[in-house]
Amino acid sequence: MRFVDEFRDADKAHALAAKIAALCEPGRSYKFMEVCGGHTHTIYKHGLEDYLPEAITLVHGPGCPVCVIPMGRVDDAMHLAARPDVIMTSFGDMMRVPGSQGSFFDAKASGTDIRMVYSPLDSLKIARQNPDRQVVFMAIGFETTAPSTAMTMLRAAAEGLSNFSVFCNHVTIIPAIKAILDSPDLRLDGFIGPGHVSTVIGCRPYEFIARDYRKPVVVAGFEPLDILQSIYLLMLQLSAGRSEVENQYSRVVPWDGNVVALKAIGETMELRPYFEWRGLGFISHSALRVREKYAAMDAERLFSVPGVRVADPKACQCGEVLKGVLKPWECKVFGTACTPETPIGTCMVSPEGACAAYYNYGRMNRSRVPEAARAGQS
Amino acid sequence: MCLGIPGEVVEIHPEQPDLAKVNVSGVKRLINIGLLSDDPPKPGEWVLIHVGFALSKIDEAEAAAAMEFLESIGQAYEDEIAALRESLIE
Repeated sequence: MRFVDEFRDADKAHALAAKIAALCEPGRSYKFMEVCGGHTHTIYKHGLEDYLPEAITLVHGPGCPVCVIPMGRVDDAMHLAARPDVIMTSFGDMMRVPGSQGSFFDAKASGTDIRMVYSPLDSLKIARQNPDRQVVFMAIGFETTAPSTAMTMLRAAAEGLSNFSVFCNHVTIIPAIKAILDSPDLRLDGFIGPGHVSTVIGCRPYEFIARDYRKPVVVAGFEPLDILQSIYLLMLQLSAGRSEVENQYSRVVPWDGNVVALKAIGETMELRPYFEWRGLGFISHSALRVREKYAAMDAERLFSVPGVRVADPKACQCGEVLKGVLKPWECKVFGTACTPETPIGTCMVSPEGACAAYYNYGRMNRSRVPEAARAGQS
Repeated sequence: MCLGIPGEVVEIHPEQPDLAKVNVSGVKRLINIGLLSDDPPKPGEWVLIHVGFALSKIDEAEAAAAMEFLESIGQAYEDEIAALRESLIE
């Protein structure tokens, strides 16, 4: 494991903690949002908050694709799956997400033909094998999974396959960040930018955050030292009065993203006027739908979908958690009525959800490393 | 689903150059490399795989770190590898 050590070196972590602490201005507090659920996971898993001074708070953002799917869309998908001529196919992560009438797993248990797939290409194969049924792919995810759906649609079109369609729920990260920036609830000082999404979209789409909102953005990798270094870069920018987009994860993320992937998305999908996000409400131009040109592959055009808006369960405070207004454990049902085994809210479903990460690594009792504890004292 | 899984390219499909056989901790499966058509990976190179598609090329050190990260996630990673094992992309 010599490779991994360079990302996990405890001495380096303590050195970064000291450098971060040294940049804290006395009396000032800092709030950074990590947008991506993968980062949330690393932060909890490695107890990274213990390396930060009290003045720095990490706020967990909406970057968990399963977590932001509203109940109404789950119900719509369930409605499609219930048709006898349809085989519904879905990623495993989606199977436990509760709709108002239960989850895909519940429906499957009572006989609905819902099949778990690893890739949309597996759905395509099921379509080839079942020419007399319509195979619908439940497409979810940010820009990390949208290219796969797009490439699969292009492949289906090239093959002339007529029984494959997509129930498109792809969302885009930038409008969600903008909604959070415009939200009066929250004052943020900077963003730890998502790693894998940026592989596709690159770093340029974040420039408006630095330019118009004057907040620094650092696109970060998933290792503990990546995240500490990104926080250090954010603090350096703030202390110098700069707001720029920096790429800490340049070993994987190209500045311009993946052009082939962006082209494939642009060819097959277009922005919806608006889309509902669980907990965040309707956000304009925040999701993708299938383009007219590929209407024959659009499950929403092929079948009637109820499209009814379903309110979240009253007890559930995923919205506040997704906006970073509440910490997971401050939710009324956290760890009691809502657990990873029996989730009420989506944040508890995915391991990248803030609640599940917190539940699994429960870090209620914090003790800061000495370097972080000394912050603000000179 | 959102997890990027590192895999080592074993061979490019002889008839379909947008497919490659990769080795993900001992599991060998076909994946699509069409998203890397600007700079296709060669056997021996590592890629980060999302839902059956290689999204970026990575080096061996990054692959080891990514794998360690995944193993730390536990059940979700087990599920993802189980799903990959079932995957029959062609």
